[in-house]
Amino acid sequence: MPVSNSISFYNCQSIDVKQIPVVHINKFRDSVIEAVASGQRIASLFAAPSGSDMFCLYAVLADDNSGKLSVLSSEVSDKYSSLTPDCTQAHLFEREIAEQWAITPQGHPWLKPIRFHASYIKGRDAWGRKNGEQIVPSVMDFFKVEGEQIHEVAVGPVHAGVIEPGHFRFQCHGENVLNLEISLGFQHRGIERALIGGPDKKTLYYMQTVAGDTTIGHTTAYCHLIESLSGSRVPSGVQSLRGIALELERLANHTGDLGALAGDIGYLPTSSFCGRIRGDFLNLTALICGNRFGRGLVSPGGVGFDISPRISDILAEKLTRLKKDVEVAAKLLWSTPSVLARFEDTGVVPPQTCRELGLVGVPARACGAEIDCRFNFPAGIYSFAQIPVSSWHTGDVFARAYVRWLEIQRSIAFILDQIKTCPQVQIKTNIKLPAPDKFCVSLVEGWRGEICHVGITDSNGSLYHYKITDPSFHNWTGLAMAMGNQQISDFPLCNKSFNLSYCGHDL
Amino acid sequence: MIILKLLNMVIALAAAPLLLGIINRTKAVFAGRTGQPLLQLYYDIWKLLRKGAVYSRSTSWIFRVGPVIGLSVALIAAALIPFGGLPAVISFKGDLILFAYLFGLSRFFTVLMAMDTGSSFEGMGASREVTFSTLSEPALLIGLAAIAKYTGYISLSQMFSSLNLSVWLNAGPAFVLVGFAILIVFLTENSRIPIDDPNTHLELTMIHEVMILDHSGPDLAMILYGAAIKMWLLGAILIGIVVPVHSGNALFDISAAMLFMILLAIVIGVIESSMARLKLLHVPQLLIGATTLSILALVLILR
Repeated sequence: MPVSNSISFYNCQSIDVKQIPVVHINKFRDSVIEAVASGQRIASLFAAPSGSDMFCLYAVLADDNSGKLSVLSSEVSDKYSSLTPDCTQAHLFEREIAEQWAITPQGHPWLKPIRFHASYIKGRDAWGRKNGEQIVPSVMDFFKVEGEQIHEVAVGPVHAGVIEPGHFRFQCHGENVLNLEISLGFQHRGIERALIGGPDKKTLYYMQTVAGDTTIGHTTAYCHLIESLSGSRVPSGVQSLRGIALELERLANHTGDLGALAGDIGYLPTSSFCGRIRGDFLNLTALICGNRFGRGLVSPGGVGFDISPRISDILAEKLTRLKKDVEVAAKLLWSTPSVLARFEDTGVVPPQTCRELGLVGVPARACGAEIDCRFNFPAGIYSFAQIPVSSWHTGDVFARAYVRWLEIQRSIAFILDQIKTCPQVQIKTNIKLPAPDKFCVSLVEGWRGEICHVGITDSNGSLYHYKITDPSFHNWTGLAMAMGNQQISDFPLCNKSFNLSYCGHDL
Repeated sequence: MIILKLLNMVIALAAAPLLLGIINRTKAVFAGRTGQPLLQLYYDIWKLLRKGAVYSRSTSWIFRVGPVIGLSVALIAAALIPFGGLPAVISFKGDLILFAYLFGLSRFFTVLMAMDTGSSFEGMGASREVTFSTLSEPALLIGLAAIAKYTGYISLSQMFSSLNLSVWLNAGPAFVLVGFAILIVFLTENSRIPIDDPNTHLELTMIHEVMILDHSGPDLAMILYGAAIKMWLLGAILIGIVVPVHSGNALFDISAAMLFMILLAIVIGVIESSMARLKLLHVPQLLIGATTLSILALVLILR
């Protein structure tokens, strides 16, 4: 269903900024709420400055059924009527807008900072904090439950494992979690602001570290975007290699996750096998480009390295062997009753909640939602070589683990297929500069889920605004919801089953 | 005779940390790793003893006295348990009750010192520990009662010395049940999989480990050593019931008992390698199941 007052386009299709309808905020609000109610998802919702003290709100909506994206915009100054009460998906985006540009979404039920930085415009602040006032992460009012038997558990930002920082606040009744609130922002580096005026020499390096474990995903999204903005085409061999790298990244992380899930429940065999196999998958990426995380592999206009026939033979041979190994490790999980007892019915996200929050990636597919950018919004190699959507319907830890296993199998099949057919061509083409006054959305299905990059160029063709939405941004609230009325001892397991990025969220 | 009695205690105190080494080595083999040295716990204890301890300002004397009580209790308990035909150092009528409640005392202080830190994690661990031990206690006591009824003695030393392998012919079914019940108690009390995961680093899921998170240096050494002795003693009870080898030759009996202890450690390692932890909600069901097994055994013997 087309969104009213909007313009539709495909993934990675550049449009003129002038073509984007600018409507009154009430119409904007109604259109977005109506579109989301009809089953579309908010891929991104952000504000960009437009002249003195005025801002342009952009809403990018994704229609999974038609494979089309739509965008609409509206001019606001320092406040507008919040969408969140009628459209839950907007809640974190609106908090982000308030924090970045000091635009207050009036009527937002839970308006608090999310990354704890000063507003981008000096002297303006949505919470009336003074200029130069120190902002300490996670210092805010948390949702509180009161009562004689209620106790509060605060976890983090420093954790027992070697992981990123994040703060989790539980309100518990005995072992039961009544509410979990997650407060992040410790990793905020200001990546989006650093991209303004680009692309320049540093841009690609920022993209590689948006989320270190999703290097290929984010760099691919960025490269698609720049190639589209500049109207360049890349050879199919390049697209194929990018696809191979993206699926290798998925393989390594999914396998690592299965191992970590097994480790959390104290199931040693899969834990140890998968830990090793994950390293082997990472080494395959290193075989192609010399870096286990694929740094330097994907760049605008091409790829940094080619696969020689010798390397592609090694790749195919090692992958065939790893396929057997990972099969043994995963099947151990599905055939051990004590593992299934632990996974099943733990951390259930109902499909309704999944829709309302606009979850993406593995957690969404684990609720039975057929959401996969590779299938719904294909770009690059996925326009030619389709991967079926892997989903499961139970919404619990088991489903999230099982979807990973399904995807592992399909990714291996995809890579083996691509290695066979991958044509050897020039690996690098010179691309033109981005065209002026263009707007482009690039969606890539990273291993966590939908990565959304939005780029807007100014009249010189430089990036005038850049918005990154990591799948974690959508999904962190899903984790909080999955913990409702669960045992607090199940939190580590639920957390691992989502395995979200802290730095991807914090940017 | 007194030398034999002391030998029993010396073996328990010297060999206790070895059990954990064997369990860990078994798990390592299953995981395809080389694993830590068999004597790792000895090294750890020695290392910790030479370190200083860190005390939080919010803790009181309870936090410091807890590890001492824990170790003392383990030593007293070691004096009560016969091993491989060797009688215990101390024995009197009804010492099995003392044995069970010595660990209750130790647990009481562990819980107090966990609460003393004021940490929400340790508080949760304490509440879990208390809940689960309440359920494992009847399994152990009723199981021992069944054996006491069978042998007609209520002193551990007399009870165990009167058992021999012929019990499997006379009261096999009852002994199978008691064996399983005490195995579950063994796993629970020593915080092993499937009840607890001694290797996890996730505070939210821990039971026993989380209560001692704040201890360091010699205090932690005492706690670790006390826990190792506890594991040895419960293991000694288990093999004393399941494989009571009493040939009359002291050397042979001790060797057999040692061998069975090693086998037990390997079995525990295999259990830990082949199954996942239970959901905390399901642990009480397992423990009630253990109690039911003990009751059934008692019924079979009373019949």
